[in-house]
Amino acid sequence: MGKKIGIEVSMAISEAAKLADVDVVAAYPITPQTHIVEELARMVADGDLDAEYIPVESEHSAMSACLGSSAAGARTFTATAGQGLELMHEVLYVASAMRLPIVMAVANRALSAPLNVWGDQSDMMAVRDTGWIQMICENGQEALDSTLIAFRVAEHPEVLLPVMVHCDGFYLTHVVEPIEMLEKANVTKFLPPFKYPLPLDADKPVTMGAFAPPVIYSETRKAQEVNLRKSKAIITQVWDEFHKVFGRKYRAVEKYKMDGAKTALLTLGSFGETAMTAVDNLQAAGQNVGLLKLRLWRPFPFEELKAAVKGVENLIVVDRCLSTGGPGGPAYSEIRSALYGEPNQPRIFGYIGGLGGRDVMVSEFENIIRQVETKVKTGAAQEFELFGVRG
Amino acid sequence: MKKTDAEMTWQDFEIGCIVTEPGSAVAYRTGDWRSQAPRYHFEYCIKCGVCAVFCPEGCIRPNKDGHFEADLYHCKGCGICVHECPTGVIYMVEEEE
Repeated sequence: MGKKIGIEVSMAISEAAKLADVDVVAAYPITPQTHIVEELARMVADGDLDAEYIPVESEHSAMSACLGSSAAGARTFTATAGQGLELMHEVLYVASAMRLPIVMAVANRALSAPLNVWGDQSDMMAVRDTGWIQMICENGQEALDSTLIAFRVAEHPEVLLPVMVHCDGFYLTHVVEPIEMLEKANVTKFLPPFKYPLPLDADKPVTMGAFAPPVIYSETRKAQEVNLRKSKAIITQVWDEFHKVFGRKYRAVEKYKMDGAKTALLTLGSFGETAMTAVDNLQAAGQNVGLLKLRLWRPFPFEELKAAVKGVENLIVVDRCLSTGGPGGPAYSEIRSALYGEPNQPRIFGYIGGLGGRDVMVSEFENIIRQVETKVKTGAAQEFELFGVRG
Repeated sequence: MKKTDAEMTWQDFEIGCIVTEPGSAVAYRTGDWRSQAPRYHFEYCIKCGVCAVFCPEGCIRPNKDGHFEADLYHCKGCGICVHECPTGVIYMVEEEE
């Protein structure tokens, strides 16, 4: 068993990249991701990590450099947040469509304007359709584990896709948590050396990123879609392998005290820690509530979600992002769509809060559940609302 | 035999649509883009090759008489050769179709 130490979660993410023995890190510092890449830069400078650290001039360049290094067959890591992820946006599509297994930690942050550097999941939701595998972490241990898992998944010969590891900015990245570290011998057992099947090689030239005219573009997209959907089974398999080696088990949809729960909260990321306490309190008061936590955002775990909501009458999806002028929070609208037409579909309510680093307390999760119970009694419409907003 | 683009299915691609054989750009018929085609008064041609130097497609080569002439499979009909030719050999005509 690995040693449990008190460590800042950003440092734990850097440690995971070091344990994975990355070859190249190309990154641009941005709050709240800075500590991750600062620590990796230090490791390289001090000779603790034998890797190339490329200090680029922007996030667009960071991801572009990652494309090149991954295409050459180097294990590649980067990290970003908020505006930085947005500046990378167009290059993200290139990484996934070219099947380059880059791993990126994202310290989730709000998007300007107004300028706000705090925790929020708007950046994650804005890159939803970029074709990356996207995992969401709830606590520091998950951040460490998921970063290592991301390499194994990304580089799996049947996957070969880039992976984002989402960690709420500040709520996760800047807290010191007791984390069980990963032993190098076990990491070596779990993560084989990276071998890209068709790397850039002067002796065996290939063309990467060629263009595709209308006669062929739809076929390339279908290939990408099938590949990303198929990766879910392998992600689950890798989680099982991780469980075998390290003893911690992960699933696409996690259940917390869901036995017989008629009303369930559903959260993404660090909200889950607070929501668990709310569920504990309400269960202690005799209420029939539970909690579901979405760990995998892409590929979306349709079957797992459907199985998890069996018997649930009221599902409350709490988003940390607003789709302005749209159908509510992105997770809420996707989950409604995923469950549409299912037999015994639960009533689905959307709540949006915690925007731009606004803390959401245990009592607020309890209030949401009470509000939903009232809504059910009065037959109010299943709509979404922003909570904790003055005026 | 290698499939044409129109025959390829989504299962036929290499990982990330990597092209493993050289020459895929040569096979691409950019001549389809053309709305005007070059024509020549070769009697004025001094075989200087300036047109070939300026051709953005790189599709102009000496023909069997040593006159410089565009290969119409690749020529996009941009007309730069007309502009650059020092003796006015080349002119453009509308493509019929």
